Parts: sequence; C-alpha cells; structure tokens
Amino acid sequence: MHPAPSVILFTTLSGLGFGYLVFLATGAVALSGWAAFFAWGLGYGLAVAGLMASTFHLGNPQRALKAFTQWRSSWLSREAWTSCAALFALAPMALSDWLDLGLPRPIGWAGAVLALATVGCTAMIYTQLKTVPRWNHWTTPASFFAFALAGGAVLAGQGWLASGLCLSLGLALVLQFRLGDHQFAARGETMGSATGLGGIGPVRVFEQPHTGPNYLMREMIHVVGRRHARKLRLIALLCAALVPAVLCALLPPMVAAVTAGALHLTGALAARWLFFAEAEHVVGLYYGMR
Amino acid sequence: MTCLPGKTAKSLGLVIDLDTCVGCQACVTACKGWNDRGAELLPDENPYGPEPSGVFLNRVHSYEVTPPDGPAWIVNFPRSCLHCEDAPCVTVCPTGASLKRAEDGIVLVNEDACIGCGLCAWACPYGAREMDEARGVMKKCTLCVDRIYDESLPPEDRQPACVRTCPTGARHFGDLADPDSAVSRLVAEREGYALMPGMGTKPVNRYLPPRRKGPGAAPVLAPLEGKATGLAGWLDRMLGKL
Repeated sequence: MHPAPSVILFTTLSGLGFGYLVFLATGAVALSGWAAFFAWGLGYGLAVAGLMASTFHLGNPQRALKAFTQWRSSWLSREAWTSCAALFALAPMALSDWLDLGLPRPIGWAGAVLALATVGCTAMIYTQLKTVPRWNHWTTPASFFAFALAGGAVLAGQGWLASGLCLSLGLALVLQFRLGDHQFAARGETMGSATGLGGIGPVRVFEQPHTGPNYLMREMIHVVGRRHARKLRLIALLCAALVPAVLCALLPPMVAAVTAGALHLTGALAARWLFFAEAEHVVGLYYGMR
Repeated sequence: MTCLPGKTAKSLGLVIDLDTCVGCQACVTACKGWNDRGAELLPDENPYGPEPSGVFLNRVHSYEVTPPDGPAWIVNFPRSCLHCEDAPCVTVCPTGASLKRAEDGIVLVNEDACIGCGLCAWACPYGAREMDEARGVMKKCTLCVDRIYDESLPPEDRQPACVRTCPTGARHFGDLADPDSAVSRLVAEREGYALMPGMGTKPVNRYLPPRRKGPGAAPVLAPLEGKATGLAGWLDRMLGKL
C-alpha cells in the first residue's frame, strides 16, 4: 500500500499522543502548575496534530464533519467519535492538574479508556480490511496498542515500566513482521482465484489492461518502500523499542523522556512507513504484481 | 447509510461471458463515453502526455491460461464493480457516501457526501473503485443507473452502456436474484462463478468460464477439398501429369 505521509503522521502522532494522555490522565506522573500545562499540552498537541494530518489526504476535507455519521458500521467514523470524546473527557483532568482544582482521578480514568478506545479504532481501520491480509490479523491492534503504551510511558518518564512496555513493543513488532510475511499466502487468494480461471490451469498475465499506471497501482501496489524492508525492520526495532528500553532503565526520567522519546518517535515512523509499504493488496493479483 | 440493506428486492448485475469476449475494449470506451459525457466526470490526467493516466470504471485484462492437455488459451477478462451483497466498500465508509440500494442492490457513491478518504477503494478486493483526483471523490460503476430506468430511451437502450455496446454479446444485464431471469438461467446453464468468494463479499456479478478448446472439445472441421478451375485448374491438371 502507498505509504502516504499524512496517514503515517496521523497514526504515529495520534497514537503517541493518546498513549501519553493515558499516563497523564491516570495520574502516573504527578504534575501540577505549569509543568502539568506543558505536559498536557504536549499530549493534546500530538493527538490533535495527528488528527489534523489525517485530513490532509482527504479529497474534500471541508466535508470531514460527515465522517461522524456512520459509526454504526465504520471504524473510521467510530475513530472520529472516540478521538473527540477522549479529548473532551480529558479536559477537566488537564485543567485540574494545571490549576490544582483537585478533581477526583476516576474522571481521568474514563478519559484514558476513551483514549485507548481511539487507538483501538485507528488500528481497526486497517485490521478490518480482508483485502490486505498482512493487516487483517490480531498483530495489527496488538502493535498499535503496544506503540501507544510504550511511547506514552517513555514520554511520561516511567522508568522500568517504560522499559518493560518498550520490550513488549519489540515483541509485538517481531511477531507482526514474522507472522505478517505468511499472511498473504495463508489467505489463499491467487491469480487463479481472482480471475476464477485457476481451475483450467496455470494463469499468467498476457497483456495489461492499460499501458500506464493507474490509481489502483499507485495506491495498492507500492514496491519502492519494500526494497529496504530488512534494514527498516531493524531500525524500527532498535529505535522504537530496544534502545529506548535501555535508556529508560538507566537514565533519569526527564533525560530519558527526551532522548528515548525522540528515538522512539523515529523508530515509530520507520515502523509505520513499513506497515504501509509492506502491506500487499489482493487487487495486485489481477496485475500479476504485489 | 453505510449499513447494508440485507436482502434487496432485486439484485441487478452483469454476467460476463469469458468465452465470447474478444478483448476489443469497446465496453471500456462506451463506459467512459457514457459516464464522462465530455464533462470530465471521469477525468484523465495528462491524456496526451508521456504518462497518461485516467479514471475508468471498467478495465479489460488479458490472461494466458494453460490447460494440462493442450496449448495455452488467451482469456480476455473485463473487471468492474460486482455490486456485492456484502459490499465491504459500503460498510467502511465514514460519511454514508458509499451505499447499496435496497430496491435493486446497485452500489453507488453519493459524490456530495464523499470526503475522498479512499478507504472504500482499499476495502474492495476487485479494484472496482478509482479516485477522481480532480474532484477528490471516489468513482465506480453505477450499472448505468441513469440509463436503465430512463423511459425516454428506447427499450433496447435501457441497459448499461457496456452491455449495449458489446459487439460479441459477451455482456448480459439483469436481475440475478430472480432464478427465472435470462441472466440467472445463463449462469445456471454455463456454471457461472463469482470472483474470490473467499473474500466473503458475495458478489452479484457472475463470470461464465471459457468453453473447452483443443483435444476433447468439438472436432476441428476437415479442410475443404480445393478444386481449382480456369487457368489454375489447367495448370493443376498439366503439372499433375508431368
């Protein structure tokens, strides 16, 4: 699939933002006054920047409000609702931390649940697609949740907890890479089943239906990004998970939050690029391409 | 509404005969002509440049299939929206722009509500949807909904442009929910099949497989006995005597 920068930024930044907001909301970091203001500002900033980025790839962003209407069937619509609900629900807690209003913590927990639900909805937008077997698997939500929680814990300076969550993210990534490689074949769709001609004998493309690439090929058959898949997997694993795990365990919280946080974001962007670039759509079968 | 209507009163769709399709691309051109109408509703980018690209609702592929007992066959394969019963392109749509009509099962895009997110194109296994990048809205086969119910057209024209134009009669249009319709009988007779049933989309359109060719098929006709006349006949006789 085409790794559009807007979608990579959307999923990465909003995931990190909502993950960080979970730690702020549950009171894992005890902040008050201006420190709380900047911490909550960073959480809100990341989440909102991600959501804004998602509108950049829309053909008609001025109609984006219509995306709230189809929550009964559409994960994208549900994501719109949960993200707004989470941002609204967390506002009292943010104000309370900043202005020392002393609101009870359970208000924050409710917001944290909504923030995690948003991450889940984002993951389901991709997981629901049977047409992309690599995504249509439990490892997709597992890695989205692992990214949000590990990234949130790193930014929140959670020390050993952050290290542990980074290591679980590493495990989720390894599983996603290793299991993902077999999912297209496991789905069992071939040029034979795509055309229904497989029962006669082996099928081969004789002539393409058009001489130049079209929307389908640009969008669903993206080969450039896969060329360096092995290197990118290693970069993602080291930068997003393993090195931050070490840094969070060894460095003081504030230093770890900055260094490990920056490194984690780099790794997360690499992983998310690969998430799109490596994903193969079954429509490629009609073109004899992946 | 992007919830699916469940059982539709009719299931209008196409039956495509892979045995008779010659790959002439007339359906592609007719589709583009009817749905574009010179107003660039199916826009082309850089149509006369070195890298032309454009929106089409129907594409004709060509495959080579090799049966175990004979030489390869060329199979021309038109690909367009299958108007699925369980259309994933409809349920993923966040705005309600993508819809399946309860009355006839046609899957349509309401362009006034489409935000151009492209998720429906990702959800479709068959590549039936292409983005109009000039307008930022998704395009797809409408089954020529603006022809088939238009009573100002003569009855023979009240069918999709691709079906109307096909010179070999490889495309058929009708109600596949009615077991007695001509298209349903054709599907039953020729063992028509659905594409990628494993995707769970329950397509309405059916494809009729190519008939057997080569050994095992109808015997090849014997060549006609050549009987030369006139000058050639005289030459034939004289040379035969030498």
